[in-house]
This record gives sequence, structure tokens and C-alpha cells, in this order.
Amino acid sequence: MRKGIVQLVAIGVVIGVLVTLVAVLFQWLPTSASEEFDRIQDLYWFATVLSIVIFSIVAAAVVYSVWKWRVPDDDDADGPPIHGHTGLEIVWTAVPAILVIALGIVSAVVLSENGQASARPLEVKVIGQQFAWKFEYGDYGDLKSGELVLPVDREARFTMTAVDVIHSFWVPNFGQKQDAVPGIETTILVTPTRTGEFAVICTELCGLGHATMRAKARVVTQVEFDKWVKEKQA
Amino acid sequence: MTAAHHDTPNVEYPAHFEPPHGPTWKLFFGPGLVRGVWMAGLGFVLGMFLVLALRLWWGWEPYWITEVILVVGGMVAAPMGFLAGIGSFDYWLHYISGRPTRPEDHSGHGAHSWKDYFRVNTDHKVIGIQYLVTTFVFFTIGGLMAMFFRAELAQPGLQFVDSQSFNGLVSVHATLMIFLFIIPAFAGIANFVVPLMLGAPDMAFPRLNALSFWLLPIAGIMFISSFLAPGGAFGAGWTGYAPLAEGQPLGQTFFNMGVQWAGASSIMTALNFLVTIITMRAPGMTFWRMPLLVWANFTTSLLVVIATPFIAGSQFFVLFDRILHTSFFTPEGGGYVLGYQHIFWFYSHPAVYIMMLPGFGIVSEVISSMSRKPVFGYRLMALSLMGILVLGFSVWAHHMFIAGMADWLRVPMMITTLLIAIPTGIKVFSWVATLWRGRIHLNTPMLFALGFVTMFVIGGLSGIYLGSVPIDIAASDTYFIVAHIHYVLFGGSVFTIFAGIYFWFPKMTGRMYNERLGKWHFWLTFVSFNATFFPMHYIGLRGMPRRVSDYDAAFGDLNFAISIASFVLGASFIVFVYNMVTSWVRGPIAEANPWRAHSLEWQVSSPPPIFNFDEIPQVVGGPYEYGVPGARHAVLSPAKEAQEVHA
Repeated sequence: MRKGIVQLVAIGVVIGVLVTLVAVLFQWLPTSASEEFDRIQDLYWFATVLSIVIFSIVAAAVVYSVWKWRVPDDDDADGPPIHGHTGLEIVWTAVPAILVIALGIVSAVVLSENGQASARPLEVKVIGQQFAWKFEYGDYGDLKSGELVLPVDREARFTMTAVDVIHSFWVPNFGQKQDAVPGIETTILVTPTRTGEFAVICTELCGLGHATMRAKARVVTQVEFDKWVKEKQA
Repeated sequence: MTAAHHDTPNVEYPAHFEPPHGPTWKLFFGPGLVRGVWMAGLGFVLGMFLVLALRLWWGWEPYWITEVILVVGGMVAAPMGFLAGIGSFDYWLHYISGRPTRPEDHSGHGAHSWKDYFRVNTDHKVIGIQYLVTTFVFFTIGGLMAMFFRAELAQPGLQFVDSQSFNGLVSVHATLMIFLFIIPAFAGIANFVVPLMLGAPDMAFPRLNALSFWLLPIAGIMFISSFLAPGGAFGAGWTGYAPLAEGQPLGQTFFNMGVQWAGASSIMTALNFLVTIITMRAPGMTFWRMPLLVWANFTTSLLVVIATPFIAGSQFFVLFDRILHTSFFTPEGGGYVLGYQHIFWFYSHPAVYIMMLPGFGIVSEVISSMSRKPVFGYRLMALSLMGILVLGFSVWAHHMFIAGMADWLRVPMMITTLLIAIPTGIKVFSWVATLWRGRIHLNTPMLFALGFVTMFVIGGLSGIYLGSVPIDIAASDTYFIVAHIHYVLFGGSVFTIFAGIYFWFPKMTGRMYNERLGKWHFWLTFVSFNATFFPMHYIGLRGMPRRVSDYDAAFGDLNFAISIASFVLGASFIVFVYNMVTSWVRGPIAEANPWRAHSLEWQVSSPPPIFNFDEIPQVVGGPYEYGVPGARHAVLSPAKEAQEVHA
């Protein structure tokens, strides 16, 4: 029996290592360019560790059982009549319960942090319309743009709505996503941490041109931002 | 009900029951497909004239409005005409009009030739097979659509279809797979197996059962024929979100109405299962002695009857917004856009369990009998189904974390969503514990069951990511979701359907399938399934949204590889079809109980006699007492056919 447990653990470790390699050798997430996405990425790794452990346990037990107790087709004996084990059943009810509640609590904390606006964020109004995005900067008069330009390290609050059907605003590197819904206003916060050019993508099926409903997002320094504002206002 | 009838299935009736005319008269005016076709046409014409007459009466111009005429004539009156034509209502109409009915008429029972499968048949075993063959036809069509749009997605840019056709293909693919394959395929398996497992001669309401089946092809044909509508098939996704769906071309109506027929079919079947399971258990078959497949269908049926009316409502509201100019979901008229999603997901999240719980039942049967061990923790297995049933109604808004609904709703819905991992985890661990120290027969049904357990764990774990609101915000509406639902519904549901088909094939057909081809089918499916859907997690997280006909060139190579893998997945289905067809026609004759299983369906001949049991069985113990010396599930004298086989 002890030998069996060693073998089972060995299979589990091999599977665990293989799955971990898959998780770390590929870059599964886009490079984070916002504070919000940094927090989401931490959460992602928490869920990933959890998943690797659970998958390895289940897969190892299945592989081990089949390897150890497989019988030829013409075998007509029965296995031992084990009907259950209350202790085990309590364990595999309680342990997952603790794990998922832990994940739930951490998620709720991240969600709350990602939703807390600073004193004076940059206000950007986002308008979704088949099949283009429009950005309005209320802080700077009637400044409107088809390209999203943001100063780095300054929190931006997007207030969204849609003209016709539901659209969804997503910049993969920001990690934040929010539907723009006709008739109501929705909001989301992004604090860019990295300058560069990113893509704004519509992720809610919105009709014929859905795949092409994209815009450019540019994160620049505060100085460049002020310059852009001035040029736009001129 | 009693053994006497089974000797004389073709009872002679007094002459006045026979139509007084010749065979041609009977062909056109007797119940059947021919009468179904002309009465469908008649129904359409009546519906059309009703609309025209009313509009003329009130002086509403224009008199001809295609969409309204299509809904009333084509999607309500014509299907009703078809159902009346094939004879679904004959008994009830005779009864209502005071004409003599034939309560002991079992001519609609059993199948004596292949033609009997194309008639209104009241035998649950015939209906089960009608369901399965029909659903696999729609599975094939839905699969071919997937091949088509995978070809389109093999390269960035548009090659084969324009984006409206692409949206149509994706939408109809999902709709067929959900409403015309997974849900009714489980209903088909349960139709065949559940009454047998209960020791019942049939379902509680055989005529209702027949009617539920015949609603299905109507829904399926409606979905597919939307491609013929001007403007193309419905293209707002299987979720049909308003207000997009309200501005779609005519094809959208086919979805709104098709869902009604499929939904009605599922509600009737579920009621039938509930009544059958509650009232038709053999003596001694207490709830705690029912096989888990019966438990699974009991909980599924509860989900169906409670939840399905919600999707019916959501589609009616969209339809009313389209043709009656109401404004349930249009903000200009005071409508509430998110209302659609709340109502839709209040059905469609429980629907995920409607598509999963029967599979849990199948897998419990397969793993237990192939490991030669009792199901580990039987009572907790049954209770966890009930747990999923209850929790399943409190998580719908996790589909709406980014939708803009009330912020406070997100955390409670996240917690309930994550809690569902507990009953689901209990099931997975119990299956693994059932394997433990068993005597494992690794045949095709068992391979699919184990493939299910491992793939479903992956689908469940990606569900944990999506349950966490912040991760969901990043991953929602991307290919990560596409990967997740295919791990749950393909690696989950479809694998269990295959396991169930192979497991009960000998019982249903009386013949054995080809084991070697079965294993080929499994391994080809398993490998190509993973090659197709696992990389989708990656491209989704990296930034590829779902439901797009064109995408960033950076994802080109991976999408090409995914498309190739998906073609192999499609091809693996040919192995299955070939195996099923050839084995059904000339496979070796199956024994009554090839798996040496204990539940009741295996104690009668393969295929079972017309009324299942010559004598009502007496249930004396649990259904999985493998390895317990002298233990029995039931005492019965085998049906006559079974005695002949064993003699």
C-alpha cells in the first residue's frame, strides 16, 4: 500500500510539473499596462495554482487507478464493496469550500480596490456606436476624439453609453472591460502604468462590423498629453 | 399494462374504427407524414388569411406584412397543422368530440419496421430512438457549420463568407447544438432508459411523450430554414441579446419562435419524467434505491419546468418589440436593455445544468458498472444533484459581470457561483473514489466516461477563473469563454452522451457495437478536442474577442492550427457514425446484460419486450451492490423474450 501511495504521488508530481510548465512557459496574459490589471494578474496566478493542484490530484488518481486496476475484458470478478467513507466525503466537501471561499474573498478585495476612484480622476466619456468608438474629455471643454489618449500614471474614469446596441469596451493590456449599454451609463476605472500604443476592441457582438470595431489607445506622458489636448482644442 | 397485451400487440378492432375508404384515401386522410405535409400547408394558408383579413377589416396598411404572416402562418399555424396531420392530437380530439376512443389501442406501441419510426409512436423506447437519431442529424448539421466557420477563421481577413453569414453560422451552430442536440439527446437516452430503470411499462403520459418528440424537428427546421430568409440567418448569437436582435433582419424571428417549440418540447418531456419518476416506480423502488441516472433526470426535469418559461418569455418580448412595436427592451420607449439579459440568463444558466446533470447520471452508471464497485457515497451523489439544482438558480448574473448591472449584485453572485464548485467537486471526487481499487474494464463507454471526468475538471477550473469577478472582467467575451463552454459542453456533455450511447447501444438495438472502432473514435475525439479547444484559452486571454469573423493577424498561426484540429475532430465523428450504422445493421447479437450491471434495464432482453416487463419487478436493494455477496437490486421473472434468449 505504501508503495502504491508513493507511485500515486509520483504520478501527481509529474502531471503537476507538466501542467506548471504549460502555465509558465507560455505568456498567457498580455503585458499589464494598468494598476488594475496588475491586481487581476495576481488573482489569476492564485487561481492558476489552485487549478494546477486540483487537476493534478484528479488526473493522477484517474491515471493511477486505470494503470493499477485495469482488468482484461473477460475478467468477471467484482471489486470490493466500498460504499463510501464519511471522513473522506467531509474532507472533499470542506477543503474545496475553504479554497473557493478564499478565492472569493480575495476576488472581492481586488474588485473593490479596482473600483475605488481617487479624488480627481480624468473623466472620459466613451460612446459606442455601430461600428466606431468616440471619446469625449469633459474636463477639456468639448474635446472629442476617435482615438483614446491617456496620460500615464493618472487614473481615468470611463463613463460609457451606447447609441444603438450593446458594445463592450476592452483594452487587453488594461485588463478592464465594460459593456456600453443604450439607455444607461456604466463606468470603469483604469490607471495606465506604461506608455505605448494599445488596441481598443469591441467584445460584445454588435452586428455586421463587430470584428472591425476597433480604435487606438495611446498612453503618453502628462506633458505629451497636455500638448495633444492643446492641439485638439486649437 | 399487463402481460396479456404483449402477446397480441396488433389487436383487431371493430370494423367501424377502420376508415371506410381505400388505401389512397388513407394515405391522404389517415394520420401520417403525407397528411402532416398538406395540413401544414393548409395551416399556413389559414394563418395568412387570418392576418390579411384582420388587417383589411381594420384598414391597417400595408395589408401584407411578411414578418407577421410568417410568424402567424408559418411558425404557429403550419406547425400546428403538421402536428395535427401526423396524428398527434387524434386521440385527444376523438375524446373531446365524444367519438369513441381506443384506450387499449397499442398499435402505436413498438416498432415493427423502420417506417414505424416516422409515425406518431407512443412507445418510450421507439421515442427514445427517434430522439437520438433526430438529434444526431442536427448534431451533424451543427458540426458542419462549425467546420465551415473554422475554415473562415483559419486565416485573418474574410475568405469564404461575409460577416452577416458568419454571424448566422455561429449563431445557428450554437442554437442547434444546445436546443437540438445536447438537451434532447439526453431526453432521448432518458426516454429509453428511465422507465426501464424504474420497472415501469412506459412513461406516465405516452401520447404527450410522442407529442414532445414531434415538436423537436419543427424547432430544428425553423432554425435551419432561417438561412433562406432575406437578410440571412439570425446573427445575434444564440444569446440573441436585445436590442441587437430587435434590429436584425427577418431571420431573427426564426430564432424567437424556434425556441418556443424546442422549449415546449422540453417542458412536456420534463413533466412526463417527473410524473413517471414520482408515480411509476416499481414496488420497493424507494427514492434511495433509484439509480443515479434517474436522480439526475429528476433534478434536470425540475430545472426544466421551473426555468424554461423564462427563455420563452424573453423571446416573446423580443418578438413583440419587433412586430407589435412594444418597447420591453428599447430605451427610447422606456424599456430596460439589461432586463433581457436577466430574464434570458435566469433560464440559460440553469440550462447549463440541464445540459450537464443527465450526463452526471450516465457517468455514474458507466463508472460503477465498469469498475465493478458501488458508486462511492451514493446518497451524497444524489444530494449534490439537489444542491446544484438549488444553487443553479442563484448564479445567473455571473454572465453579466461586465454588463452594467447593479454593482452590489456582483459579489453575492460570485460567491454562489464559486460555491457550485463544492457539489460538483463532490461528484468528481466520488467518481474517482469509485474507480479506486475497482476492477476496471477500459472499454469505449468507460473511456468516454473517464475522458469526461478529466475534461470536465478543466472546464470546471476555467469556470473558477470566470467565477472570480476581476478575472472575468478581463476574460469575458473572449475566446477564453469559447474554450470554457466547449470544455463543459463538449468535453462534458457530449462525451457523456457518447458514453451513454455506447453503454446502452446493445440494449437499444439488440446488437453490439464494434469495440475497436469505438476506441478509435474516443482517442481521435479526445486528442483533436484538446488540440482544438485548449489553445482557445490562450488566444482569448491574449486579446481575441469571441464572435468575430476577422481578427488580429498575430493570432493567425494559432487559429490555423485550431482549424486543422477542428477538422480532425469533425472527421472523428465519421468513425462513430460508421460504427453505429454498421453495428446496428449487422453487429453481433447482444446479450441481455453484456456489462453485468444490476439496474433493471439489464434484467430484460435486448432490446426489451414491448411492455418492458412481463411481471412488475420487486425492488429489494440498491442499484450498485457490486461485490456484495448475494445482493440483488430486484427480483423479477425475466420477460418472455429474455427467457427465450437464455433458454
